[in-house]
Amino acid sequence: MARNLFNKVWDLHKVASLSETHDQLFIGLHLVHEVTSPQAFAALKERGLRVKYPQCTVATVDHIVPTQSQMIRPYRDGLAEEMLQALEESTREFGIRFFGLDSERQGIVHIIGPENGLTQPGMTIACGDSHTSTHGAFGAIAFGIGTSQVRDVLATQTMALERLRVRRIEVTGKRGPGVFAKDIILKIIAELGVKGGIGYAYEYGGEVLSALSMEERMTICNMSIEGGARAGYVNPDETTFNYLEGKPFAPPPERFSDMKKFWQSMASDLDCPYDDSYHLDISSLAPMVTWGITPGQAIEVDKPLPRLAEMSESDKEIGAKAYEHTGFSEGAMLLGRPIDVAFIGSCTNGRISDLRSAAAVIQGRRVKNGVQALVVPGSRQVKMQAEAEGLDTIFTEAGFQWREAGCSMCLAMNPDKLQGNQICASSSNRNFIGRQGSAKGRTLLMSPAMVAAAALEGAVADVRTLL
Amino acid sequence: MTSNGARINHIAGTAVPVIGNDIDTDRIIPARFLRCVTFEGLGEQVFRDERFDEQDNPVDHPLNDPRFSGASILIVNANFGCGSSREHAPQAIMRYGIRAIIGESFAEIFAGNCLSLGIPTFTADQATVRDLQTRITNHPDTVLYLDIEQLTATMGTTTVTLAMSKTTQSALVSGTWDSLEQLLANEAAIDAVYDRIPYLGG
Ligand code: SF4
Repeated sequence: MARNLFNKVWDLHKVASLSETHDQLFIGLHLVHEVTSPQAFAALKERGLRVKYPQCTVATVDHIVPTQSQMIRPYRDGLAEEMLQALEESTREFGIRFFGLDSERQGIVHIIGPENGLTQPGMTIACGDSHTSTHGAFGAIAFGIGTSQVRDVLATQTMALERLRVRRIEVTGKRGPGVFAKDIILKIIAELGVKGGIGYAYEYGGEVLSALSMEERMTICNMSIEGGARAGYVNPDETTFNYLEGKPFAPPPERFSDMKKFWQSMASDLDCPYDDSYHLDISSLAPMVTWGITPGQAIEVDKPLPRLAEMSESDKEIGAKAYEHTGFSEGAMLLGRPIDVAFIGSCTNGRISDLRSAAAVIQGRRVKNGVQALVVPGSRQVKMQAEAEGLDTIFTEAGFQWREAGCSMCLAMNPDKLQGNQICASSSNRNFIGRQGSAKGRTLLMSPAMVAAAALEGAVADVRTLL
Repeated sequence: MTSNGARINHIAGTAVPVIGNDIDTDRIIPARFLRCVTFEGLGEQVFRDERFDEQDNPVDHPLNDPRFSGASILIVNANFGCGSSREHAPQAIMRYGIRAIIGESFAEIFAGNCLSLGIPTFTADQATVRDLQTRITNHPDTVLYLDIEQLTATMGTTTVTLAMSKTTQSALVSGTWDSLEQLLANEAAIDAVYDRIPYLGG
């Protein structure tokens, strides 16, 4: 029978049925970082358990890293230092590969997996982080998990999980100038809602997805979780294989063609069944920007803010809370609204193509006086590549700060934080209240090129006028 | 089945409503409290930025309201626990003293994390949840008896029907909500899967 990729990967990795609805699933790659792992390692030590397959486990440090002074130890924040030391010790004790501060491969966990060729089609991947869905861009099934499950995967290389349903999301049409992967996924979430994906994995496909680069596909899969879907993926194709070829942890040349056959065999069969489907035509899509406190509260930048009276009953309450928090007015335009901070980075948009698209907008221009603008490469590899291309000079000459790799202002676990009720144009993935470190801070999510445009204008801008 | 942890058949106690859709885990436990290597002490920080202003003065919030003190059942609305996968969120809720949550719907990772900790997550339609919230707001000393096998909530002479995923229900009542023992028991099958996967042993 024709099967989709999700079910093929699931069946290949299924160890046992634990109950009528619950399966034990083998995890082919377990990615670990400092925030959600200390309690899991502690549980292993307490019970005298080993890490079952250390060779399937890779760790890095990203959330707590100060991006102005990565290497200055001990960290001024004693709690951050303690977390980093805990991970250094645990990875040593359990024999886990660690891309720590002394490694050229350190970076945001969802950036380093793909760029090193660790992430491959047909895999199951887990990480104690909800944006693990990113890795689905390769045709892997990748789940964000909690700390108890991190413990389970460390100890058994498996976890207990219910099979998801699969929704096919078909994206067609011609992409206009200034429209990026970020705009497509923000549009999908705005349409299907932040809880629309509960119980589903999203399979993204169609002519638009086929034409996207791997990095763009990662941006889309990354934000699946913001639409409530625990996993999102794209079927592997030549773009995927070309990307992988030659990566340090990808199969070596003598095994590559065999693995490619395996990868191709895992793609969804033609005419396979899906539990649901959705179609989006992006021909008239404009750059998107969020205006509220959930990633689903997003509009095209040339449209006025929605009116509460026109919202569905279930959106009204959170809509009212959003207006209360942001101080924006129903029916007003966001375009021209002054911003205080511009942040380019995160696992959604901190890769080299993201920095290139932002640099193309700012080249030869200046950040508006009074705007704090920062670029934080998603990994050391991204940083080195950008420097080799001279992007750092373009950014710093325009008035951006050029930082070291980490999660930075995507979340408030390191020194990069909003102050008071600052408004931040951000290429990250969450605009939740308090997410960027100030309970009153306001986050407007958009593509890196749109953040660049906002930094130059000192206000929400339409990047299409700057191309 | 190997059992690990107590069988959980019912929860009884008073309740506290926290009203609003799409309450994300950043709101439940702000990221700065994730700078820790144990979960201890998280109970005090639950909903920190919603309960206190910037000068640390308590503001109007049900968890600051003495009428609800000692509540062990949380009643919430739709898509509760969305966002980050941080287990710190249900850990903080549990360490605050909550033993069960009733809501219109839950984000998936959050519900899974609750199960790992043995916290039942019941669902009910919007009207039922809102009605429960109003009832508790008007009579905070109401004791709820939540039956996990029957999927009901009983208050005095009133009983309402709740729902729960089959997986959650069977894991709680069989005492297998902490899955580690079950997973460890299948060692041979795990190794067999490793050996058949083409990118690993296969
Ligand atoms: S960049 Fe942001 S979303 Fe991504 S892993 Fe880091 S904190 Fe999480």
